[in-house]
Amino acid sequence: MTKEECKKIVLDIIEEIAPDEDLSTLKAEVGLRDQLDLDSMDFLDIVMELRKQHGIEVPEADYPKLASLQSCADYLTPKFNEIKA
Amino acid sequence: MAGLAAGIRLAMYDRSVLIVERHNAPGGLNGFYSFDGRKFDVGLHAVTNYVEKGVKGTPMGKLFRQLRIPREDFALCPQKRSRIAFPDVDLGFTNDISFLEQEVERAFGEDVDSFRALRAAVLAHDEFDLSAKAISAREVVRGYVANPLLIEMIFCPLMYYGSARENDMDWDQFVIMWKALFEEGFGRPLEGVRVVIRALLNRYRAVGGQRKMKCGVRRIVVDGERATALELDDGSVLTADHVISTAGVVETQRMCEGQPKTVGSDNIGGLSFVESITVLDCEPKALGWDETIVFFNDSERFAYERAKDAVDVRSGVICFPNNYEYAEGEILPEGLFRVTAMANFDYWSRLAEEDYKGQKAYWYEEMQRSAMRFLPPVGMEQLKSHTQYVDMFSPRTIKKFTGHEAGAIYGAPNKVKDGRTHLDNLYLAGTDQGFLGIIGAMLSGVSMANLHVLQGSK
Repeated sequence: MTKEECKKIVLDIIEEIAPDEDLSTLKAEVGLRDQLDLDSMDFLDIVMELRKQHGIEVPEADYPKLASLQSCADYLTPKFNEIKA
Repeated sequence: MAGLAAGIRLAMYDRSVLIVERHNAPGGLNGFYSFDGRKFDVGLHAVTNYVEKGVKGTPMGKLFRQLRIPREDFALCPQKRSRIAFPDVDLGFTNDISFLEQEVERAFGEDVDSFRALRAAVLAHDEFDLSAKAISAREVVRGYVANPLLIEMIFCPLMYYGSARENDMDWDQFVIMWKALFEEGFGRPLEGVRVVIRALLNRYRAVGGQRKMKCGVRRIVVDGERATALELDDGSVLTADHVISTAGVVETQRMCEGQPKTVGSDNIGGLSFVESITVLDCEPKALGWDETIVFFNDSERFAYERAKDAVDVRSGVICFPNNYEYAEGEILPEGLFRVTAMANFDYWSRLAEEDYKGQKAYWYEEMQRSAMRFLPPVGMEQLKSHTQYVDMFSPRTIKKFTGHEAGAIYGAPNKVKDGRTHLDNLYLAGTDQGFLGIIGAMLSGVSMANLHVLQGSK
């Protein structure tokens, strides 16, 4: 999986949990919370959906690594590839 | 409702969930009943926390997201206009707080600055910090507002719609209620609370949740620090990894094995209510009654405390469910005039069956008379000529629907914000966890399911 594909997966999840947010102008390098109205409950759901849909585990200590779309991709892509391997 | 919301969250993430309910209908305090072919809501005057579509960062928005229920499913319509009515002073309010601010300026002149300062403090406070200590709202408010009448008028609706403490509130709860009533506002589905319950049930079923109705929990079986099983009214025994109770803090403790029968007796709420419902053959506005909700009090001080008589008619809440901004051409089939007042649980629970009816009829009249002092004048005979049907529910009814000790409508005075109990895997949600109103009840279920079961789980 490429980082771009990983970003797409995260975007799909955000769209599912927060359908009222406009994701079309989202900047990958900027914090998700600086651009979208997401709170800790929403981040919990991103983690829960990653596990439910893709079997990816994100330990609580690693939640800060989901801060921006880019950091999500950096952190999650190896995890996706590990599962595939 | 808290239970259904918690159940949805857990079932969404593939937990196996069973909701056990003693009553034959879901909803708890926010339930409904049918009588003579008419459907009545038990608790609901208004869904508080109402915001228009697109308003972000509010409890209502959070709730729809967390439950993945489209907001359209609740079919909420905004209120028209409400009022706080004291002798010689009225404060109108709508779902736009700037209107209330103007009203405070009109009625209290310069004191509006203190109102604005209080508002700033409310907006700066994080009421959902689960670790915050309970502090007195009266003390905090006195630090901003000096005018005693203005203080009483602010507290009146906030207490009526959620305080379990007599004559005061926790500051956190004051903030929750201020935001729910004044910053956000009132809404209602045309068909009442059953629309909300239906949406929750559909969602709960869709994610695979199960229910067992008309079968309460008789006993929580305990081994050491854990709840190991639930023994039900029908004698069956269930085991679970986690138990979330929405029965109330004291009620839950008393179900646990090994707890004295009197445990928590210093934390039983003293506030119970009666409500009279008058069904009219016309829209209330035809009688000149065009407001949504009126909170009234007939003296300068507002006494929010256990009624000494059967009913304390000095104050109350009037609700006209017809007076919401329903969609064009949609109206309720009949006019409804509801009055709520504080009542004495012991008085109502001790009444013999043959006296109960007579007392209801007597206090029904008293409540009408009291409430109508604060409405545009309508003669008693005129009202009677439009009356099709009357009903009244008492603290007994509240006990029946909620199971709360002493018919305490808002549960125990001391809330348990983190939802923890003396057992490791038994948690509280709902009124006694401390979020208020219908949206609050559901958010409580969501938060406790998140915090204790989903977060950090494997």
